[in-house]
Amino acid sequence: MRLILEVWRQASPQVQGHLEAYEIDDAREEMSLLELLDRLNHQLIEADQEPVAFESDCREGICGTCGVDIDGIPHGPEDNVPACGQHVRSFNDGDTVRIEPFRAAGFSVIRDLIVDRTGLDRIIQAGGTVAVDAGTATDADALLVTHEAAEAALDFAACIGCGACISACPNGAAYLFTGAKLQHLALMPHGKMERGRRARAMITQMEHEFGPCSQIGECALACPANVPLSAIATVNKERLRALLRRKDN
Amino acid sequence: MSTKKPKSSDHNSSDQKGPAMIDLDALRVVGQPIDGHVPDVPPALAWEDRKLHYNLVNPSNRRKFTVIVVGTGLAGAAAAAALGELGYNVEVFTYHDVPRRAHSVAAQGGVNSPRDRKVDNDSIERFVKDTVKGGDYRGREVDAFRLGQEGVRVIDHMQAIGAPFAREYGGQLATRSFGGVQVSRTYYTRGQTGQQLEIASAHALSRQVAAGTCRLHSRQEMLDLIVKDGRARGIVVRDLVSGKVRALTAHAVVLATGGYGNIYYKATLAKNSNATAIWRAYKRGAYFANPAFVQIHPTALPLMSRWQSKKILMSESLRNDGRIWAPKAKGDERNPNDIPEDERDYFLERRYPAFGNLVPRDVASRNIRERIDAGYGVGPLKNAVYLDFRDAIGRLGAAIVRERYSNLFDMYNEQTGEDPFATPMRIAPSVHFTMGGLWSDYDMQTSIPGLFVGGECGWGYHGANRLGANSLLSGCVDGWFTLPYSVPNYLAGYLGESPLDLADDAVQDTMREVQARLDRLVGNKGTHGPDHFAAKLGEILDQYASVSRDPAELAAAIKQIQALRKEFWRDVKVIGDGDRLNQELEYAGRVADYLELAELLVLDALDRDESAGAHFRTDHVTPDGEAMRDDENWTFVSAWQAPSDSGPDAGKPIRNYEPLVFTAVPLQQRNYK
Repeated sequence: MRLILEVWRQASPQVQGHLEAYEIDDAREEMSLLELLDRLNHQLIEADQEPVAFESDCREGICGTCGVDIDGIPHGPEDNVPACGQHVRSFNDGDTVRIEPFRAAGFSVIRDLIVDRTGLDRIIQAGGTVAVDAGTATDADALLVTHEAAEAALDFAACIGCGACISACPNGAAYLFTGAKLQHLALMPHGKMERGRRARAMITQMEHEFGPCSQIGECALACPANVPLSAIATVNKERLRALLRRKDN
Repeated sequence: MSTKKPKSSDHNSSDQKGPAMIDLDALRVVGQPIDGHVPDVPPALAWEDRKLHYNLVNPSNRRKFTVIVVGTGLAGAAAAAALGELGYNVEVFTYHDVPRRAHSVAAQGGVNSPRDRKVDNDSIERFVKDTVKGGDYRGREVDAFRLGQEGVRVIDHMQAIGAPFAREYGGQLATRSFGGVQVSRTYYTRGQTGQQLEIASAHALSRQVAAGTCRLHSRQEMLDLIVKDGRARGIVVRDLVSGKVRALTAHAVVLATGGYGNIYYKATLAKNSNATAIWRAYKRGAYFANPAFVQIHPTALPLMSRWQSKKILMSESLRNDGRIWAPKAKGDERNPNDIPEDERDYFLERRYPAFGNLVPRDVASRNIRERIDAGYGVGPLKNAVYLDFRDAIGRLGAAIVRERYSNLFDMYNEQTGEDPFATPMRIAPSVHFTMGGLWSDYDMQTSIPGLFVGGECGWGYHGANRLGANSLLSGCVDGWFTLPYSVPNYLAGYLGESPLDLADDAVQDTMREVQARLDRLVGNKGTHGPDHFAAKLGEILDQYASVSRDPAELAAAIKQIQALRKEFWRDVKVIGDGDRLNQELEYAGRVADYLELAELLVLDALDRDESAGAHFRTDHVTPDGEAMRDDENWTFVSAWQAPSDSGPDAGKPIRNYEPLVFTAVPLQQRNYK
């Protein structure tokens, strides 16, 4: 299969980037999107040209390292699938495919397709944690958690921290990411102790780093971990709850 | 501190007979017995005894100490967070953008913990027995006791810091069974246990970063260890964005940098996992334990095409409900659903009636590879066997199977376009985990004082074969409940000492060597990128040092690796410069280290003149085809020391050895039949 790849090239954060077109003659349906980029880089290296810098690690959809915009869609054409799980079979022979870094005001380009997503980590540092030191936890079997609550917590805890939700959002909002963490910890016995405090800290940091939510819902379509869209409502719910209760828990 | 002198044994002299026709003495030197500093008490009491004898650091003095932690996987993030919680200054390094991406995140099935809540007769002793026996008696028995004892509270802690373990309808923790054991002690969160434990640990680290006890250095890769007067004093790192090489010194260094399975080129590991940190430590004097002990996981997705970038693990937990089979007829190309029951060979159930599909990984892998090599493989490249859920779906219903394995089934579907509810999965063995790693004593300290290890980059628990769900456990136990005791014991002796000055010769010399190496790679105007050499090396190892190993072939492989290494340095091409983000340069450095480590791996496989666990030598087989250990001569861990540059034995690695003692689990041949 023949594909034209228009790839974003940008040598450093300081310089202007541009799209550059490359041709792949032997793309195959079973290749993943990242394998297609591997193929391109192999071709570039053979021709003594600089390969395209892009990030990936586990290549099985769990580490959240990979992420590019394909024709403007975070990760690619298939909904709820990370870039490493997107396949060439989604394209047709002769197609032109535009590959850009995740686009969002909160993500600056480091090089080519690599962006800086540490803003997400700063939201976690602000309060997405549980204040229990090693060795001090109570017996996990002594704290009963309903099957339903554990399963629901897992639905939200599944977030892989890739940032696609932010790139998908026209406002560059991080509500899905932040709401997922708030909901996950609000369902866990220990996490409830700091529920109000956590909501205030994480939401303040989130608004500092990223845009506002207009409830469009693109985020949940892009999310490779299928985090439920209700996470965006969780942000406002937890904000209001913390405001009215004025308590740490 | 009570210590035990290792028994000296005469059979380790250099006149030991190797395989016929191969002159081992031309390749390696047999060194000295070494001391694992195991407490001289019964193994079940060892950890209590050792903790009682550890030195402590006063809380107000802790901030005067700096500890470097390299890696933010389960062991690294936990060690950093726990030391930070105690009040030490911790400098944490990762080559990722954020800590949570470390490869622990990809572990699927679960984490063992002998909490002994059910009436299925589990206990810490049984856990130790399973671990030691599963490891084919080539790990340290006392370490397995510590793993089990501390493992009990791992679940409590991980649950408390945010890991939502699966729950029964009564609200209690749910468990499942895993390969190699007959009890149900594996705790899990769907098929994403590693992810949940990793995120919880990384977030605990984030809490310490916010508190100011831990300083996070992301996108920084360790390229060397600074050693002065025989002690580890710091590391040299390269900033992966700016390309700058710099040094950081500290009172102690903890390596938690993962395994070296990517040396086989296409493994189940993440693309960036590499061996550079541990290999550089080896070159600076840390001993390397049992490099040949590499686990080939039985249930990975097979390679299906030339550009497939890696193999993908399908959790071993699938073997709880899935049945492995191959067609009874060679080259059977029928759709698996059209092959009737009596034409299917459930070969694991047939050969191992007691354990069936839940035999340990090495046994399962060898049997699957045997079927494939014998011509019974299925799939387009005939390099797989079936893992079939038809009976489980019939017995339990699709809903329960989906709840247990939904994300694994989704992942399979995503990668292959096939639905495991309708068609059996195709699976094949793949390199997955390295039981070998930097040698450490009972305190997790390497042969370089001040250098500690945690998680897969070390050795210790797993012997010659790791049991499923024991790796998440070992990462958690090392990081949360072992290193926070043993590192302070070392630090206590250096109160008042400052970290090494950055202007010190030892620091500057190490930095210069790192820079020279990078310059050499960038300046090399060869014809092939590093990937070309990594692929060739992988072919050699896969052919000669995989599920079965023949001594003559191993000897030939050493020559091939040496030739490939020469070719690499002559002909490698690294596009771009060193003073900015350059992924080709990063990769070239890693491949250069693989090419050295591979030779030691093969040498260890050749040297260890027995079969044990994953190390299956074709010249040491029982009459019914199983691995045959040689307990009389090889009940020890090989701890390889880097060769000296001069003298009659220049260039030959030195194989030291730590004798292993088994008292709670007496030596016996494994039998899963």
